[in-house]
Amino acid sequence: MTDLNPLSSPVSGVRPTGLSRRGFLRGVGATGAAAAGAGLLAACGSDEGGSDTGSSGNTDKILNFANWPLYIDTKRVSGTKTYPTLERFQSDTGIQVNYTEPVNDNEEYFAKIRPILAADKDVGVDSFVLTDWMASKLINLTWLEKLDKANIPNFDNLTTTLKSPTFDPNRDYSLPWQSGVTGIAYDSSLTGEVSSITDLLTNPDLNGGITVLKEMRDTMGLILLDQGSNPADFTADEWASAIAALQAAKDSGQIRQFTGNNYAQLLAKGDIAACIAWSGDVIQLQFDNPNIKFVIPDAGGMLWSDNMLVPINAQHKANAETWMNYYYDPVNAAELAAWVNYICPVDGAQEELAKTQPKLAENPLIFPSQDDYALLSIFRALTDDEETQFAAEYQDIAV
Amino acid sequence: MSAAPVPGAASAAPADDVARSVGTKSWTPYALLSPGMLWLAIFFLVPTVMLLRMSLSSGSAFAGDGTFSFSWGALQWGNYGDAVSKYVIDSPIFQKSLIYALIATVLCLTIAYPLAYTIAFKAGRWRNLLLVLVIAPFFTSFLLRTTAWSTILSDSSIVVQFMENTGMLTVLHAINTPDSWPTWTQIFPDGLTGETRVLQTPLAVILGITYNFLPFMTLPLFASLERIDVRLIEAATDLYSSAFTAFRKVTFPLSLPGVVAGTLLTFIPAAGDPVNAALLGAANDSLMGNAIDAQFKATGNYPLAASLSVMLMVVIVTMVALYVRRAGTEELV
Repeated sequence: MTDLNPLSSPVSGVRPTGLSRRGFLRGVGATGAAAAGAGLLAACGSDEGGSDTGSSGNTDKILNFANWPLYIDTKRVSGTKTYPTLERFQSDTGIQVNYTEPVNDNEEYFAKIRPILAADKDVGVDSFVLTDWMASKLINLTWLEKLDKANIPNFDNLTTTLKSPTFDPNRDYSLPWQSGVTGIAYDSSLTGEVSSITDLLTNPDLNGGITVLKEMRDTMGLILLDQGSNPADFTADEWASAIAALQAAKDSGQIRQFTGNNYAQLLAKGDIAACIAWSGDVIQLQFDNPNIKFVIPDAGGMLWSDNMLVPINAQHKANAETWMNYYYDPVNAAELAAWVNYICPVDGAQEELAKTQPKLAENPLIFPSQDDYALLSIFRALTDDEETQFAAEYQDIAV
Repeated sequence: MSAAPVPGAASAAPADDVARSVGTKSWTPYALLSPGMLWLAIFFLVPTVMLLRMSLSSGSAFAGDGTFSFSWGALQWGNYGDAVSKYVIDSPIFQKSLIYALIATVLCLTIAYPLAYTIAFKAGRWRNLLLVLVIAPFFTSFLLRTTAWSTILSDSSIVVQFMENTGMLTVLHAINTPDSWPTWTQIFPDGLTGETRVLQTPLAVILGITYNFLPFMTLPLFASLERIDVRLIEAATDLYSSAFTAFRKVTFPLSLPGVVAGTLLTFIPAAGDPVNAALLGAANDSLMGNAIDAQFKATGNYPLAASLSVMLMVVIVTMVALYVRRAGTEELV
């Protein structure tokens, strides 16, 4: 898996790099390489994995879980890789987890499961982790099972801000695994503070020296906020005006590239002075270059989550719910957050982490304060027509 | 299985033998071909038909029930109209892909020919080592090698500083398509490079493609040069031809199969490659590979993605057919 991710390879096996979560491949379209990576990790879960008896139903003590690479705590014990929280889950519940890491890219994973779900078949995974907007699509397509909250008493620990996104107001179908913030990153040795998207997109000093994300909701969400619109509730006119701002920035040559994860490298080398970035990546970049700063624009930043979802026809739905409940226990959530470095969506985890790693527990990019949360918005659900139109308009500029 | 009438068919036993052997003969080629044919049918013919069907369907992977509808009564030719208006007229991505691939192929040929020639005729005991070096880049992932170029061509790198200080960048930047030209001709709207940068400019993409496909040009060239009988060249020089004439009249024509194979192996994948443009290209430097990728994955517009693919396929196959016909290399097949 480190092959796939040149940015994280130097530290593989040590700490995770936030970079890897978003996958270097994002947006590059190197499907083959990603597919190869998916296969590599299939056996990653547990030693006894795959003891499928052939009988189905929730009585089986089995859970097939698909996640992004390097998105769960691991530990090296005398040369072998162990999964502390995952293994504790197995011994606590007796549920055998086949933990795989085939998700490198929302769109790519969707392309893989789409034909199976469209044919109303079982994808062979009881739960997978996908980002808000993709979760929203799957909900619209009615390809997800409704979660049984009775099996997830710890659901109440979900932090308030994340409780009712418009695409799933009651969290009936989705539960965040980890969350993150999209904001502006800049190199303070090359430019002064860049605290607004207007500045980023129009400041002539930055011409040709910025990148924005290929991901529509990240980039457009920030532009909408900058124009005083609310990404959680905006009109078609507001969208049009935001698209016009992006088009103008592209036409003026301000935007050097529409990037996936590779902005991290451009920023580290000094080829760009500022960019739209994901918080987790920046924490990592700061280790090497303290000049790199991350700001949530004054007008606000975007909050996203990667959600645990249960697809239709999943064989072990109840086990997936048991798993969700386990990771919403603050003790387990704290242990996971300490390793992953993204925003922890579980209330109470901060207090738990403070007991063991007080410094990490104070990091606002892992545990934002209520004031920080107040600045963050979640992109609203789109109707089918909007989805088609907006995505096409955005891609016409990005490609 | 029809056995030809055999003389002496009246005597039962030998006639059987003959019939069997004749029958087997006519049947054998098909039996031998069948694995390949089956493979092609399943993995080429069926997908191609599905692709054509999708390109004339309607629907979106992200909307409605996520399925597509196709009907003979309502073929969606509009998908092709969209493809042309978006990627040929509004933004010249289609032309750009072909032109970038063409330039890269010519560069590859220019670099690879002397290289293959040297390895084939002059390398002596270094030949195998040099061949291994040509193939060596394959041991590293395509993606990593392309990423490495973004470091090599980084704004503050020695290469780029040198190009800037010697004025090369000014010259390259001046090679552009004037703003007054219509949109569909804007292949290099902002110059071949920037005034101070190479990364995220057309030149970086073209260099990336050239680099990545160089071995595909070198190996077929080497293979055909290596087969040339040196005595033919000697004979030419014995007959008072200059070294250059001998090359022009003997060596080069004999190496043509390699040239054709190499150019095809370079041009075809280069025209559809999305990686170089995504990593090394600018915001306005996308190629067909990126457009197909975006329509397929980001907008879920499979029909448009499919019609783009068909368009690219048809144009490339036509170009290749004309080229191979003109080059007239029966030996290739």
